[in-house]
Amino acid sequence: MRVIVGVKRVVDFAIKARVKADKTGVVTEGVKHSMNPFDEIALEQGIRLKESGAVKEVIAVSCGPTACQETLRTALAMGADRAIHVPVEGAAYETLQPLAVAKIFKKLAEDNQANLVLFGKQAIDDDANQTAQLTSALLNWPQGAFAAKLSVEGGSKVKVVREIDGGLETIELNLPAVVSADLRLAEPRYASLANIMKAKKKPLDKKTPEELGVDIKPRIKTLSVEEPPVRKAGIKVENVDGLLQKLRTEAGVTF
Amino acid sequence: ASTLVIAEHDGAVLAAGTLNTITAASKLGGNITVLVAGASPKAVADTVSKVKGVSKVVAVEHAGLKGLLTEAVTPVVIAAHKKTPFTHIVAPATTFGKTIIPNIAGKLDVAPISDIIGVKSEDTFVRTLYAGNAIATVQSTDAVKVVSVRTTAFEPAAATGGSAAVESSSDGAVDQTQSVFVGQELVKSDRPELAAAQVIVSGGRALKSKENFKILYDFADKIGAAVGATRAAVEAGYVSNDLQIGQTGKIVAPTLYMAIGISGAIQHLAGMKDSKTIVAINKDPEAPIFQVADFGLVEDLFKAVPELSSKVKAK
Repeated sequence: MRVIVGVKRVVDFAIKARVKADKTGVVTEGVKHSMNPFDEIALEQGIRLKESGAVKEVIAVSCGPTACQETLRTALAMGADRAIHVPVEGAAYETLQPLAVAKIFKKLAEDNQANLVLFGKQAIDDDANQTAQLTSALLNWPQGAFAAKLSVEGGSKVKVVREIDGGLETIELNLPAVVSADLRLAEPRYASLANIMKAKKKPLDKKTPEELGVDIKPRIKTLSVEEPPVRKAGIKVENVDGLLQKLRTEAGVTF
Repeated sequence: ASTLVIAEHDGAVLAAGTLNTITAASKLGGNITVLVAGASPKAVADTVSKVKGVSKVVAVEHAGLKGLLTEAVTPVVIAAHKKTPFTHIVAPATTFGKTIIPNIAGKLDVAPISDIIGVKSEDTFVRTLYAGNAIATVQSTDAVKVVSVRTTAFEPAAATGGSAAVESSSDGAVDQTQSVFVGQELVKSDRPELAAAQVIVSGGRALKSKENFKILYDFADKIGAAVGATRAAVEAGYVSNDLQIGQTGKIVAPTLYMAIGISGAIQHLAGMKDSKTIVAINKDPEAPIFQVADFGLVEDLFKAVPELSSKVKAK
């Protein structure tokens, strides 16, 4: 069994995004980037499936500028067997949207005869939460979004426990399938220095969207990107009595 | 416009977010058709037919729709769209809508638009990026717009005043060959649901343990509030994930949000900063949560919360 994992390079989770003065987007130059946290979880799950013997090969894929190769090296150091970089640069990368990314993954899943495609449930930059579901639709494979648990059942099925609004849901999917990782699926490991060194020798291939025959033209135009309205800071109260008094007189609280 | 709203329900009751989604749909102008797909959709379809602004209800009944798995629901939506093409297909941005909306879009070769907070015109929508630190206005160039709606950004449509016709069918398009619904383990609670609660009491890592969350539950029960939590509290195993509020959890906007032992990480603020009144209780006066709080109390939560519990009037 072969698994493909999508790993996106995003602005680090600890950085507060700043909107560009010309309102065309968010400042990303000179800002620390890392692997999207939910993709790290998906990758960890893929590696664990390999360690359990259920999976033979884990392939990490990232679409974007050359710097994505750093993200892929991290994936290799964590335990992916090989990596594929799909180069998309400059203006084309600024407007690269989940539908186009899903088309790239569809082609790669077919070309590499993958049985399972894993993604993080959501990238913390565009907050779209779409790529896994789109890829499932394009491949006509079943999907398990927001996975909290994933187990391979006898080689032809996976059982997925999903995080849903009211609790948990268990479903079974026939393989091949697409699954997206939620917070509690697996805790990502840190790569050891030895594995970081070893990762440098692992194969990292390049496939352009043109070579894959995928049209990445955007379908959505961004007209403007603006700062959110600022919430004005309130006041500090001295004690619990002061808090209750303010809530009752100014916030209409009846308790 | 001619909009298809996909109703969310549990087989018996319409999920509240569907009403907010109908309001978002009404801002597109034109007709609103609501699809109720399910193993026994009749009761929910009757409820929806009375909602103000709904022009038509399509109830699709099929045993394979139990659990509303994507592989079952998406073909039903595509079939309805083939029969009478819509300009827009929308659903609430709950786990249900987030799961199926992009899948439907993929089948139609359309770029979906997630979690909109505003409708500017038939093809132009407002949504947030980067945990709410940027607000984008985006225009779809696709023939059909496939959209999920942040329910807290729109008022609920009136549950009465409508009299839409219900058209029933049993659709053969349901695909049962790819996935199986095994079951659900829903959290049973007498507290209000997070999405619908007027008051939310929310705890962070400073609660220090699963057991200590009892302080919050006791306080919440006294004032009739829902309980929420930060991602950090979920990761630490203090509470289950369905309580998580934030960028990648639930987005809430209650009348009163009480952040207790919460530092105010960017991703948490994304889920609650549209609340009407925000209270923060934290012993660290420098905690970023105080920058968005209307009323801040710098005090140890283990002292302040029991005191609050003892001084509020029980509901």
